[in-house]
Amino acid sequence: MSVDKDTVRKVAHLARINVPEERLEPLAGELSCILDWIEQLNEVDIEGVEAMASTVDVALPMRADETAEGPTGGGQPDNIVGNAPKTEDNFFVVPKVVE
Amino acid sequence: MTSPADLTLAQLRDALTKKEVSSREATDAYLSRIEKADALNAFVEVTADKARAMADTADARLAKGEGGPLEGVPLGVKDLFCTEGVQTTAGSRILEGFVPTYESTVTSQLWRDGAVMLGKLNMDEFAMGSSNETSYFGPVINPWRRNDGSNAALTPGGSSGGSSTATAARLCAAATGTDTGGSIRQPASVTGTVGVKPTYGRCSRWGIVAFASSLDQAGPIAQDVRDAAIMLRSMAGHDPKDSTSIDRPVPDYEAAVGGSVKGLKVGVPKEYRLDGMPDEIEALWSTGVQWMKEAGAEVVDISLPLTKYALPVYYIVAPAEASSNLARYDGVKYGHRAKEFTDITSLYENTRAEGFGDEVKRRVLIGTYVLSAGYYDAYYLRAQKVRKKIFDEFVEAFKSVDLILTPSTPSAAFGLGEKMADPVQMYLNDVFTVTGNLAGLPGGSVPAGLDAAGLPLGLQLLARPFDEETLFKGLAALEAAAGQQCQPENWWAA
Repeated sequence: MSVDKDTVRKVAHLARINVPEERLEPLAGELSCILDWIEQLNEVDIEGVEAMASTVDVALPMRADETAEGPTGGGQPDNIVGNAPKTEDNFFVVPKVVE
Repeated sequence: MTSPADLTLAQLRDALTKKEVSSREATDAYLSRIEKADALNAFVEVTADKARAMADTADARLAKGEGGPLEGVPLGVKDLFCTEGVQTTAGSRILEGFVPTYESTVTSQLWRDGAVMLGKLNMDEFAMGSSNETSYFGPVINPWRRNDGSNAALTPGGSSGGSSTATAARLCAAATGTDTGGSIRQPASVTGTVGVKPTYGRCSRWGIVAFASSLDQAGPIAQDVRDAAIMLRSMAGHDPKDSTSIDRPVPDYEAAVGGSVKGLKVGVPKEYRLDGMPDEIEALWSTGVQWMKEAGAEVVDISLPLTKYALPVYYIVAPAEASSNLARYDGVKYGHRAKEFTDITSLYENTRAEGFGDEVKRRVLIGTYVLSAGYYDAYYLRAQKVRKKIFDEFVEAFKSVDLILTPSTPSAAFGLGEKMADPVQMYLNDVFTVTGNLAGLPGGSVPAGLDAAGLPLGLQLLARPFDEETLFKGLAALEAAAGQQCQPENWWAA
């Protein structure tokens, strides 16, 4: 098995997903099954091959440094917080993070 | 008189232009069908009032002779496209109740061209699935049933399962879909519809809920190749809001439909012949080869030796990108928020535990693992390098061929629940389609016949980047050779 229970616990915390204790072992099995199948990539010779992040072979375009019009523009706090579960004066409200 | 909802998109467009039917009549015909089709579970939300208002606006424009290319045509929208003022869930509990304050670029172009929105279509959660069974809103049911009298509920494919079912059951003239590993072509194949994934960069991804950003592309699911061509022309085009969208003119794809394939070279990759593949798929593929030859194309054998590594590459790259993209669902900015928490970390952890389904959790965990310190090189970097080799293999192949012909899927529609227990078995549904995403190629699936159980099977063509016109030519040639296709028998109307 490529991942054990402790690894799942650690990765779940990194991903900020609460996984109950009794699900750790079954998840370790499921993830190992997927990762074992992925292991076949080790058969491929990748010596000197460039890693590819995108099929689009162009440099990222630059735009003028100015406030855009429309939905990507500024000055619309109501739209930004409109779907938030809890807000106050156009701020997102979260539990206290600084003592 | 036949219902306007029985016409193809192209026929309806022409009838609307000639004022033989109004958009309001067509829209009402579709809405009444949708009302009776709850058994299919294709829609997450039906926007009947909005549809009628849009239809009336379209009729006013048509009356003045000012109609756009899709004026008055009622469409379904996959619930991955953000629609202003209309709930957009991505099939997930974590986005239940999310109402975007903006419109995705692709859908805004459809409305610009006059189309009418009937509603939002069900899908696998965050587009992660091949059977529509991972949706928080329950699975979509394929309108097709086996001819053995069992009436077993079959999958419409995924992740665009609502789009494929709604199009196959004629609940909309056509639908939008998205394809990250086959999510347009695979559902089209198992529902007897046409699905086209254009070149990566053809359609803007702005306003489409992100799954794996280097692979996601929007495209149509339609009743025939011409309809898909008409849809894609409106959906495609450069958008400065998506930095990977390409600034190239969008051709009139419909003009390519019916064009001759004489002299085109079609490659048949021997590596797509899988162990244990049903004989029917193999036979269908040979028939496709014969059809292309009879239409005047030259068919040649080609080799793509790295094909078997495409799915494992995908199941590193896509979850890695997903784990990053889905980090935004934190219970703070939009969507679901857990009621129980003690601090900010437990707010995040409980919100995401409640909001994500099992398959999404699995993929976020895999993605987090392959990107984590100590494993990045062994998994993620290696996958990106194998992806480059797969890409290069296609570049090389397309130096000698214009199109590549393969089956669309390794089997016909399977029963709900049949493949849920084993994730890897489910992943194998995308074995023929995923290469097109890794290499960014345009590809499409057309219905090519029925299997012994009476279920539709599709053939796939892949083309060079940005050569959708040759793709449409090839797809139309296969469609013409396959001839009139059967329709599913209507068992679902309540």
